[in-house]
Amino acid sequence: MAQRVPLHPERRRPGERLRRALGSRPALLLLMTLVLAALWLLADAQGVTAQRLLSLAVRGVLLGGILALGAIGLTLIFGVLRLPNFAHGDLMTWGAYLALFGLAWVPAGRPLAPFSFGPELLALLVVIVPLVGLTGYTLDRLVFRRLRARRVPPVILAMAALGGAFLLRSLVYLGWGADFRAFYTGRPRPAIELFAGIRVRPDQLFILGLALLLIFLVYLLLERSKMGKAMRATADNADLARISGIDTEGVVRWTWLIGGGLAGAGGVMYALDTQLRPEMGWWLMLPLFASVILGTIGNAYGALVGALIIGLVWQMSTAFLNPAYGPGVAFAVLIVVLLFRPQGIFGTPGARS
Amino acid sequence: MTGAALVKSLLLALPLWFVAARMLPARIGAFARAALGLFLAVAAATGVTLLLPPGQMSYLVSFAIVGSIYAVLTLGLNVQWGYTGLFNIGVAAFFSLGAFTSALVTTRMPTGAAAAFSEQAFGLGAPFLVGVVAAGAAAGVLALLVGGPTLRLREDYLAIATIGIAELVRLVFQNERWLANGPQPLRGIPQPLACLVRDPVCSWLPAPVAAFFEPLAPRDYPYVYLVIATLFVIVVFVVLERAIRSPWGRLLRAVREDEAAAAMNGKDVARVRLQAFTVGAVVMGLGGALYAHYMVAIDYTHFDALYATFLVWVMLMLGGSGNHRGAILGAFVIWGVWTGAAYAVDLVRPLLAAISSDLPARGPYLRLLFISLLMLLILLYRPKGLVGEERFVSRDSSDTR
Repeated sequence: MAQRVPLHPERRRPGERLRRALGSRPALLLLMTLVLAALWLLADAQGVTAQRLLSLAVRGVLLGGILALGAIGLTLIFGVLRLPNFAHGDLMTWGAYLALFGLAWVPAGRPLAPFSFGPELLALLVVIVPLVGLTGYTLDRLVFRRLRARRVPPVILAMAALGGAFLLRSLVYLGWGADFRAFYTGRPRPAIELFAGIRVRPDQLFILGLALLLIFLVYLLLERSKMGKAMRATADNADLARISGIDTEGVVRWTWLIGGGLAGAGGVMYALDTQLRPEMGWWLMLPLFASVILGTIGNAYGALVGALIIGLVWQMSTAFLNPAYGPGVAFAVLIVVLLFRPQGIFGTPGARS
Repeated sequence: MTGAALVKSLLLALPLWFVAARMLPARIGAFARAALGLFLAVAAATGVTLLLPPGQMSYLVSFAIVGSIYAVLTLGLNVQWGYTGLFNIGVAAFFSLGAFTSALVTTRMPTGAAAAFSEQAFGLGAPFLVGVVAAGAAAGVLALLVGGPTLRLREDYLAIATIGIAELVRLVFQNERWLANGPQPLRGIPQPLACLVRDPVCSWLPAPVAAFFEPLAPRDYPYVYLVIATLFVIVVFVVLERAIRSPWGRLLRAVREDEAAAAMNGKDVARVRLQAFTVGAVVMGLGGALYAHYMVAIDYTHFDALYATFLVWVMLMLGGSGNHRGAILGAFVIWGVWTGAAYAVDLVRPLLAAISSDLPARGPYLRLLFISLLMLLILLYRPKGLVGEERFVSRDSSDTR
């Protein structure tokens, strides 16, 4: 997309020039760095040790990996299908509960030391990722496609997604009730020392590794395969893609399979790290959307960067803030981005989507 | 007929009167509408009071009160979505802020033994109406704060920001003990005009009026509150109906239909949207106040996204966005479906037990399944809802083109 070249750059009013300067990409990155630095200083002033801050930062990266799994799917669906998928968090919940369901049926193997889970969870993951993708695609076939065919405004699609979110959640409630659950109750999950006294659980390292692997696979798919190219083209300009003979229905299918699948994997990972609750996905929606908008809608790598920043800010704010406010901190970051650079880090100025 | 039954049926007749008068055809004249409406309302109210057993009667009254509260919320959402096309999925934020503001303004600081268990930031002990005004104002200010940065951007950003603000408000009321005793309930919210049902009836009332309320016992208070709640609905309805049929209302719809055309005609689109968003939020705040004074004790769990946002959306979509009558109708129908579904679930309990032993206890969640399916079906097959938007130009013109 071509950059907009101002006709008379020297004639801009000072306020406008300031606004433009604040809205530039380096300024936003600088702003995010400043936010992190401010968090560090605030925590430091409260007497939080550097070691604890560093371990919070490490945990932020781990959380960012989980968020990225959700955010990449969300940004693809948002960018390619023009659908703000408010059911995305509940797709994550759905994936986590499908894993819980599977664990009750398959025989439990010995835990793969040092991890707390056995090989059965990995086997289940291979089944669940496409299953959650299919759930999303089914929802699309039954609801979103018909609405798209009617050329409804995107807000109606968003509303349908909200209906889909509560539909999925009602199924979770019916199947498993509203209580807290865990994949493996009562199994010890000791933390190991990583370096310089920073302790993490082995599970969390596995989660980060898996997230990076999946993200790398998505990168290969988007950059090296024909379907990935078609998806990127559709995200860039849907009408142009259609008249260039791109199979839009195939693009829709693959977007849901990849986006939904990643959400399923993200949900299982999040549940493995914490626990299962029917509302877990709904509460993740805000950090997910903040990551997506921060990293520019439709940009998968942007979503990864956004998720890492949101994960870091979230965890580091807990040094001096009630940890419950994590999603609220993500919301504050979102508002800052919307104020100064609504198109996100990788967007072009003036572009509406 | 006992004295209490007479007073109750007269209280019940007041809201019915308004509904009846509105539903009678306009051509019979204003006086005939009022008179005939009054007659029908009194007849219906006495009939219902005499026929139904007291238990069902009080259930019906509490149903109507909650229905009215939802009607206020739906009316507020209708200004935002129905007329201006603003996608607010944070109704819970404005609803709960209104409820807690009114509660804080009208309660007194806990003293003595209660102070050890209950904390709140302030308690002014102000009258009910002051609490209501404060609730509307607080919700309005919040709307300005959220709408300011987001309304000039793409429309889906507003949706995300409203989810965010709803989460944030919920987190604050859940975690800040000093503010409103979170996560414990904030108790002792005064009931307006509760003295009507006490034994020496309100001292400030003239003796004949006081004598009229004499037969009521404290457990009959919901009848009084029903009148207050329906009065709220009526006032909000009439004010919004006037506003929508004014030039401002036309401007809202112009912005919704074609933003560019409205802007080309010299209208400040961002400003109009912010106004509509704020007006809708103020109405939701009023609904919050109405809720707080009915419940007497409130906590953050009352305002989760399901009850406080999703149900309101289904109500508006079913009733018909862009139509205030439809919004009220939708609120009562969906609230009826929601509460009625509880009985339906009871009926299928043996069937559920046959499927799985866990399922009967989770039966209530079937309603959520049903309501979310209903939402999708409305979007797919009946997007304009039961009533649909009226076509009109202004209140001075009966010409619909």
